[in-house]
Amino acid sequence: MAAPMLRWWCLGRRWLLACIDGGSRHGRGAAIGFTSSRKRGQTSVAQQPLITSQKSRKGEHEWAAVVGLEIHAQISSNSKLFSGSRVHFAAPPNSLVSFFDASLPGTLPVLNRRCVEAAVMTGLALNCCINKKSLFDRKHYFYADLPAGYQITQQRLPIAVNGSLAYSVCVGKKPSRVITKTVRIKQIQLEQDSGKSLHDELRSQTLIDLNRAGVGLLEVVLEPDMSCGEEAATAVRELQLILQALGTSRANMAEGQLRVDANVSVHHPGEPLGVRTEVKNLNSAKFLAKAIDSEIERQIHELENGREILNETRSFDYKLGCTMPMRDKEGKQDYRFMPEPNLPPLLLYDTESLPPGADPQQVINIDWIREQLPELPSETRERLIQQYGILPEHSFALLNEVGLLEFFQNVIKETRAEPKKVTSWVLNIFLGFLKQQNLAVNESPVTPSALAELLNLLDRKAISSTAAKQVFEELWRSEGKTPSQIVSEKQLELMQDQEALEQACHTVMEGHPQVVMDVKRGNPRAINKLIGLVRKATLSRADPTAIKEILERKLSP
Amino acid sequence: MWPLATRLGLRSWLGWRRGFTSKADPQGSGRVTAEVIEHLERLALVDFGSQEAVARLEKAIAFADRLRAVDTDGVEPMESVLEDRCLYLRSDSVVEGNCAEELLQNAHQVVEEYFVAPPGNISLPKQDEQEPFSDN
Repeated sequence: MAAPMLRWWCLGRRWLLACIDGGSRHGRGAAIGFTSSRKRGQTSVAQQPLITSQKSRKGEHEWAAVVGLEIHAQISSNSKLFSGSRVHFAAPPNSLVSFFDASLPGTLPVLNRRCVEAAVMTGLALNCCINKKSLFDRKHYFYADLPAGYQITQQRLPIAVNGSLAYSVCVGKKPSRVITKTVRIKQIQLEQDSGKSLHDELRSQTLIDLNRAGVGLLEVVLEPDMSCGEEAATAVRELQLILQALGTSRANMAEGQLRVDANVSVHHPGEPLGVRTEVKNLNSAKFLAKAIDSEIERQIHELENGREILNETRSFDYKLGCTMPMRDKEGKQDYRFMPEPNLPPLLLYDTESLPPGADPQQVINIDWIREQLPELPSETRERLIQQYGILPEHSFALLNEVGLLEFFQNVIKETRAEPKKVTSWVLNIFLGFLKQQNLAVNESPVTPSALAELLNLLDRKAISSTAAKQVFEELWRSEGKTPSQIVSEKQLELMQDQEALEQACHTVMEGHPQVVMDVKRGNPRAINKLIGLVRKATLSRADPTAIKEILERKLSP
Repeated sequence: MWPLATRLGLRSWLGWRRGFTSKADPQGSGRVTAEVIEHLERLALVDFGSQEAVARLEKAIAFADRLRAVDTDGVEPMESVLEDRCLYLRSDSVVEGNCAEELLQNAHQVVEEYFVAPPGNISLPKQDEQEPFSDN
């Protein structure tokens, strides 16, 4: 199954270089070789890039990095996990808070059905085993944005375990090979979000807004099967796309709906795993890879200079571009987990075990949810490749932008042009214009119908491709005009008059006898000169292929 | 005195914790070390205050320890007294909230509809220098 692409870049990074098939080395020990690492049942290629530090002139000192992720995704629901207050991003402070959220005495948690369904759906999409019985626990710690002093989570027996997430790595240049990597999912659990704290350094106080307190979260724990920042970023991106396709979370990192913590350690291959640090505050997809890579670099640097890695929590400082220690934990943080006494075990059923005569509102049927699963991104990409014959990387690009796939499909519906042509126009020209002006697909001044019409003109050879690009620019600038209107206004139609074209060719040939001689003598490039001259003479309104055909006919003995 | 739930909770927690630390209390000795007291005070924000209080704690632990007299081999532990109850599932509709004014009345200090808290966590006295926790 095709999955999102990741390009391994052979850039100036001193320790991360993609060289497959033999690991060629150049520079002073800054190279990568590939060895097979521990078996992973689901991938055919189990490889881990090795990192050689720049300092090794004596012997090649190879390091392998190990990255695990804990991802918190805010569940897309109307109300919170255990209370009936609203879930919304921007609202006046403390206006979306119920008595339970504020942890007033005498309040009790009541589980939201939608959140359970979201968890089951996500678990099924990630190939997890759904636990028919799961339990809720309390995780205790003191912080002002956690009014109860504990968070209700699922530590002992979460709702889903043992899944997998597949993502793709694209290696080499044309033709690029696709390697599918898999990361195991340890578990998915339901838990409460905490409130928000705004730190006021000036007045030495913290302002607390509990609107977010109690919102349902899905915590997805990824096993340390990843080996660098790029892999982690790609895995997160794929998870984001899956959650958005399922509708279980909007997974928008900028709005805090998707938060990632990374556990990073380094070791020499063959030796036991090193001490890991936790990197928090990874709230932007752009910096996720950078933060993890800079932490790997830091750890290698420390270890090579004879120092030790502390098991601590660090946060990524965007301005400095490196991780800083966040808080010192006096030993390990003790959360004093205990069962949540106010919630019985959560029982899920399937069609077999569904108790007869049960209130449908009160039972959740895993099989029914499985049937409702929408098409996942990997399935969509595969379908696009099969249906339209496009390349995997294009398939990925179409899914990577919100609304782009829909736009593409609308254009395809209305045009006779080949899918490959449509893909090229949508991904290169259309997307290029969007990016230049920083617009979203739904803000585009060009509608799918307009582009479809333009492509039809091109397909009919009514205009040349240079003219088509001009028309597109005009479409972008001035709304309301159709491609046909623009073509006739600017007189961009291709010359259809065969006689006039023949005449033009004849004139050019008469006017440039030397070039004609070159062609007759067998110079293959000379004919291009003639074609160019004819094009100029016809003000670029002639189809180059037609010109070439006429010239060749005239020039043959 | 110590309510039963706290005693049992404490006992189970201590037993659970024993599995973790190497410097655990010797089995059933009933003595609670100063280190454990300090740790408890920081975690649960209780104040043991005096040696009397610690002695009371030790007695409570010894009392709860008598549970060990029961043979629980092969018996599934009970997670909750509610384990036979049905977990009620609420439908996903908005029925609460919009009571900022009422809630803020409880607060000692308020700034523009925000609760005011001291910056980070305040460390307890007689601890070493401790950096305030930054945002979770």
